Amino acid sequence: MKRQKFIEHTNPFDLISDEIIFSILDLLTSNPIDLKSFSLTCKSFYYVEAKHRKILKPLRSEHLPSVLQRYTQLTHLDFSLSPRVTDASLVIISKACNSKLRSLDLSRSKFFSATGLLSLATNCTNLVEIDLSNATELRDAAAVALAKAKNLEKLWLGRCKLITDMGIGCIAVGCTKLRFISLKWCMSIGDLGVGLIAVKCEQIRGLDLSYMQITEKCLPSILKLKYLEDLVLEGCFGIDDDCLGVIRYGCKSLKKLDVSSCPNISPTGLSSLTRATTSLQQLTLAYGSPVTLALANSLKNLSMLQSVKLDGCVVTYDGLEAIGNCCASLSDLSLSKCVGVTDEGLISILKKHKDLKKLDITCCRKITDVSISNLTNSCTSLTSLKMESCSLVSREGFILIGRGCHLLEELDLTDNEIDNEGLRSLSRCSKLSILKLGICLNLNDEGLGHIGTCCSKLLELDLYRCAGITDSGLLAIIHGCPDLEMINIAYCRDITDKSFSSLRKCSRLKTIEARGCPLITSFGLAEAVAGCKLLRRLDLKKCCNVDDAGMIPLAHFSQNLRQINLSYSSVTDLGLLSLASLGCLQHLTVLHTNRLTPSGVAAALLANSSLTKVKLHALFQALLPERLLKHLEVRGCTFEWREKIFQAELDPKCWKMQLEDEMQIVF
Amino acid sequence: MEPEDSLCSSEVWTKSSSFPNGNVQQPPQKWPDTSILDYAMDQPFQEFQEQTESKASLTCNPNQQIEILDKDSNQMNAALLASKIQDWDPRAMLNNLSFLEQKIHQLQELVHLIVGRRGQVFGRPDELVVQQQQLITADLTSIIVQLISTAGSLLPSVKHNLSAAVPPVGQLEPFDKVIFASGPGTNGGVQSQHGDGTKLPELPTQVDGSSKCGKEQNMTVEEHESKDEEDADEHENLPPGSYEILQLEKEEILAPHTHFCAICGKGFKRDANLRMHMRGHGDEYKTAAALAKPNKELGSETMLIKRYSCPFTGCKRNKDHKKFQPLKTILCVKNHYKRTHCDKSFTCSKCNSKKFSVIADLKTHEKHCGKDKWLCSCGTTFSRKDKLFGHIALFQGHTPAIPLDESKGATVSCDRGERYETTNKLGSINFSFGSIASGGSSVETIADAKGGVDDPLSYFSPLNFDSCNFGGFHEFPRPPFENTDNAFSFLIPGSGNYTQKSGAESSSNNLE
Repeated sequence: MKRQKFIEHTNPFDLISDEIIFSILDLLTSNPIDLKSFSLTCKSFYYVEAKHRKILKPLRSEHLPSVLQRYTQLTHLDFSLSPRVTDASLVIISKACNSKLRSLDLSRSKFFSATGLLSLATNCTNLVEIDLSNATELRDAAAVALAKAKNLEKLWLGRCKLITDMGIGCIAVGCTKLRFISLKWCMSIGDLGVGLIAVKCEQIRGLDLSYMQITEKCLPSILKLKYLEDLVLEGCFGIDDDCLGVIRYGCKSLKKLDVSSCPNISPTGLSSLTRATTSLQQLTLAYGSPVTLALANSLKNLSMLQSVKLDGCVVTYDGLEAIGNCCASLSDLSLSKCVGVTDEGLISILKKHKDLKKLDITCCRKITDVSISNLTNSCTSLTSLKMESCSLVSREGFILIGRGCHLLEELDLTDNEIDNEGLRSLSRCSKLSILKLGICLNLNDEGLGHIGTCCSKLLELDLYRCAGITDSGLLAIIHGCPDLEMINIAYCRDITDKSFSSLRKCSRLKTIEARGCPLITSFGLAEAVAGCKLLRRLDLKKCCNVDDAGMIPLAHFSQNLRQINLSYSSVTDLGLLSLASLGCLQHLTVLHTNRLTPSGVAAALLANSSLTKVKLHALFQALLPERLLKHLEVRGCTFEWREKIFQAELDPKCWKMQLEDEMQIVF
Repeated sequence: MEPEDSLCSSEVWTKSSSFPNGNVQQPPQKWPDTSILDYAMDQPFQEFQEQTESKASLTCNPNQQIEILDKDSNQMNAALLASKIQDWDPRAMLNNLSFLEQKIHQLQELVHLIVGRRGQVFGRPDELVVQQQQLITADLTSIIVQLISTAGSLLPSVKHNLSAAVPPVGQLEPFDKVIFASGPGTNGGVQSQHGDGTKLPELPTQVDGSSKCGKEQNMTVEEHESKDEEDADEHENLPPGSYEILQLEKEEILAPHTHFCAICGKGFKRDANLRMHMRGHGDEYKTAAALAKPNKELGSETMLIKRYSCPFTGCKRNKDHKKFQPLKTILCVKNHYKRTHCDKSFTCSKCNSKKFSVIADLKTHEKHCGKDKWLCSCGTTFSRKDKLFGHIALFQGHTPAIPLDESKGATVSCDRGERYETTNKLGSINFSFGSIASGGSSVETIADAKGGVDDPLSYFSPLNFDSCNFGGFHEFPRPPFENTDNAFSFLIPGSGNYTQKSGAESSSNNLE
C-alpha cells in the first residue's frame, strides 16, 4: 500500500494547476536560460512551458515549423536576432500562428517581400504591431500587402526608402486603426502620403516623420488629428517659416513635439506652430535656430510645458531668462552642447524652476561653481544631472552636488575635476543607478570605495580612462553593487585578474567594456564569465593577454552574448572557432590579430550562422574566397573591412592633453 | 435732331417702331427670358414713344398680326418682321446713341448714314411686300443685317459696330439673331419673304428652336473654345441686385445649332461656318464685308450686367437656390448644364472608361489620356499625383493602385503579388465599364451630331423634343458603336476576374 501511494505522488507538480505554474513562470523573466532549463526538466514541464510562452525570439528561422508547432500560444514574435527571414518563413508563421499573432518584429531581417507580408496580413487577422524598419528593399507592392492588415495599430517603416506615396496611401486607406506609425528616413514619401495618413487614420497617437522630405503642406492635416500626442519632425529640412504661418487649426491633444534639426524654422515659424499646439508638454528644439528672446517668446503660449530640449543651439542670456519666465513648471531641461550658456543664464532658470528633475548641461564649458551652488540650493529634487566636460566646475562644486541633491539617480561627470572628496559626498545619493566618471583623472580607489559602500543600487558605472582606479576600487564596487548591469573599465590599465575575475559575482552584468586592460588574462576572463550568464556585450580590444583559453569558457557560459570585440587580442583560429557555439552572436570585430589565418576565419564565419555584422581587416577581403563571402552575405551577414594602422597606446594624461589640443582646434 | 426727324417722317417707320412694344407684352407668356431681353431694350424707347403721335393706334397692329401668326404659323413673313426690327432697331440704337452721344460722337454720324439709307430702302420693301417676290434686295438685307446686328448688340450692350456702316456680310447670322430676339414673332417664318415653298415647313420650326438658344449669339464666341468660363466666374461677387438674371430652357441650352441660314434653314454651330455657307446663296455674300466677322461690341455701362441661371431646379446655379451663383455667359450655361445635369455620353476611345458630357472636355482628356499614370482603385486615372490623393482623401475605400510594372520589379520572386495587382486593376476597370454600358444605352436613340448637320430631320429635333419629355435627351452623339461594343467585350474577361475582386483571397488560395 505504502508503495502504491508513493508511486501516485511521484510528481507533486501534477497537483498544481497549470495556472499556478504559469504565474510562477511569469516571474522567470530575467534570464531566458531559466525558462529553457525549466522546460527541459520533464515532459510535463516541457508542455506547460510551451503552453505558457507568449513571446518568442527565434535565433534562426530554419527551425520555425517545429518551433511554432511546439509553441501554440505565441502572440509576439521577435526576429531581431535572426538574420534571415524569408517569405517562406513568413508564410509558415502566418499559417501556424494565424489569428493569435498580435505583434511581429522584423526590424533586423531582410530577404522577405510583399508575398510574405500578404500572407501575414491575410492570415494573421489580429496583427496589431509590425516592425519593418530597415527593410530597405520593400516596395509599394509590400505596402499594398500590408494594407490588408486591417487591425494594425503600430507600424514601423523606418528606412523603407523605396516605399512611395502610393504605397503609404494604400496603408493609409487599409489600416485605418493605426495609432502609431514611424516613417523615419522614408525618403520616397512626401507630403501627399503623410497627408493621406493624417486624413484616413484618425486614431493616430504617435507620428514619427524624422528625416522625411516633407514640407509644411502636410502639417495642417496632421494637426487636425484629434488624438495626436507625439509628433516627431526631426531633420525635416523642407519645413520652413512660410508654411508654418498657414496653420490655423490647433492640435489640442499634442503633448510631445520634436522639431530638432529643422534649420528653416525660425522664431516666427515656431510661434505659429506653438500657437496651434497649446497643450504641449515636451518640446525639442535641438540643433535649430539660436535661442534668442524672440524664440523664447514664441513659447509663451505653452503653459503646460514641462520639458524643453535645446541641445546644440546657440543660447543667449535673454533667451534663457525668457524661457525661465514663460514656462510655468519645467521639470526637464536640456542644454547639452549649447554654446553661450553662462552662469547668469542658467541661474535665471534655476531660480524659477525649483522642481527641476532633469538637467543636462553637457559641454557647457562656461558653467562654474556659482551655477552649481545655485543648482544644489534650489533644485534639490533633481534626479538626473548630466554635466560632462564642465571643466570650470571645481572640486568643491561636486561636494556641493553630493550635499544638495540626494535624490540623484543618474549622474554624468565624465571629464570633470571631481576627486575622492567629491565622490565621498556623492555617496549620499543612495538612489544612484547610473554613474559616469570617465576621464576623471583626480579619482582613485578611495573615492570609488565610498560609492561601493553606499550606492548599492548602482546599475551602470563608467570608469573609462580613470587611470587611478586599481583592483581594490573595482573590488569595492563589485562587492557593494551586486546589481551592476554595465561596467566600463576601458583603459584602466592597472586592473588585473584579481578584481576582474570577481565580476562573476555581478550576475546581472550585460555589458563589460574592458578595452586596453593588458593585465587581464584568459584566466580572469574565464572566472568572470562563469558568473555572467546574461552577458551580451563584451569588449576585449587590446587585452593582449586574452587568448583561446578564455574563449572556450566564454563560449560555454555566455550563451546570450551578442557582440564581441577581440581586436589586438591573442586569440587564434581555435578561439574564434570555439565562439561558434554562441547561438546569438551577431557582431564580431577582429582587427589586428596576427594569429588568425584566412582558413581559420573562414571556418569560424561559416560555423557562426547567427552573425550579422563582421569587422575584419581589409587584408582578409582578398584572402577569403569570394564565394564564401557571397554565401555569408546571403545568409544575412554584412562585412566591414577596416584598414586602420596600428596605434601605440598613450598614457592617459598624454591622451587627455592630446584630446584637449584637438578640441581647441575645433572651437 | 436730324436722325429722329428722318425716322419719324416715315409712316412705316413709326408703325414698325411700335412693334417692340407689342413684343414686350407678349413674350412673357411663352419666353420669360426673352421678355427680360426685351425689357432691357424697352426703356430706351420710352422717350421716342412720346414723340411719336401715332404710337397708340399703331401698337395694336402688331399684336393682331402676331395673333394671326400664332394661328397659322406660316403666314407671317420675315420681311415684315425684318422691317419691324429694322425699324425699331435703329430707333433703339439711335436712342442709345443719344444716350451715348456725349460719349461717342462718331457713332451718330454713322447712324445718320444708316438712317439716310433707310429712307431709300423703305420704298423697296413696300414693293417687295406688294409683289411678294424674292428675298430682300442686297441693299436692304445689308442694312437689315446691319440694323439687326446693331439691335442684337443692343441686347447685351449698347455700343455697336458702327464701322459696319458698310453693309456687313455675316448678315444672316445676325439676321437670325434679331429674329430670335423678337421672340414669338418669328414663328411666322420666312415664307412670304422667301416665296420658296419647299423649305417653308422646316424653317419656322428651325428658327423657333434656335431662337431659344440663339438670343445671345452676339456674345457667344467660338463654341468650345473657352470651356473654363464656367469656372472663371466662381469667385465673382456681384451684389444680388446689380445684374439681371436670364434663364434659358433646357431645350434651348441643348439645341445643337445656334446659327441658321435664313435662306435654306441649315443650322450651324458657328457663325463663321454660316458665313462660309452663305457664299453659296449668291455673290452678295462673297464680299469681304459679308465674310468679315461681325464686330464685337465693346460692352456698355448703361445696360445692366447679365448673368444666367440654370433651369435645373435645386442647382446652385439656379436663381431660386439660396446660395445662387450666376453663370457668366451663355456658353457657361451650356457647359454647366451639360456637365452637371446631363448624362456623360462621350467616352474616351483610348481608355474606354472616362466619360464626358461636353465634347471639348473629351478632346482635352484624349490629349492626355494614356499619359495619366496616377491610378485609383476605382479605375480613375489622374495626370497629377496630388489630384489622385485628393480623390482618395475624398472617397471612402478608394486606394492608390500601383502600376503593374512597378510591382513586377518590386520583389525578387513574388508572382503572387503581381497577380494581386492585376486582379485589382481588372476589377476596377470592370466597374467603370459597367457604368459606361448603362450610360450608352440611354443615348442610343440620339442621332449623330455630324449627321444632323446634313440631315434636315435633325432640324426638327429641337421642336420634336419640345413637345415631348426631355428626360433622356442628348443633343450630342452617343459614342460610336464600336466603342461600346469594345467596352462590352472587355467586360467579359473582366467579369471573370471580378469575382475574385480581392487579390488577397486569391493569393491566399495559392498559398494553401
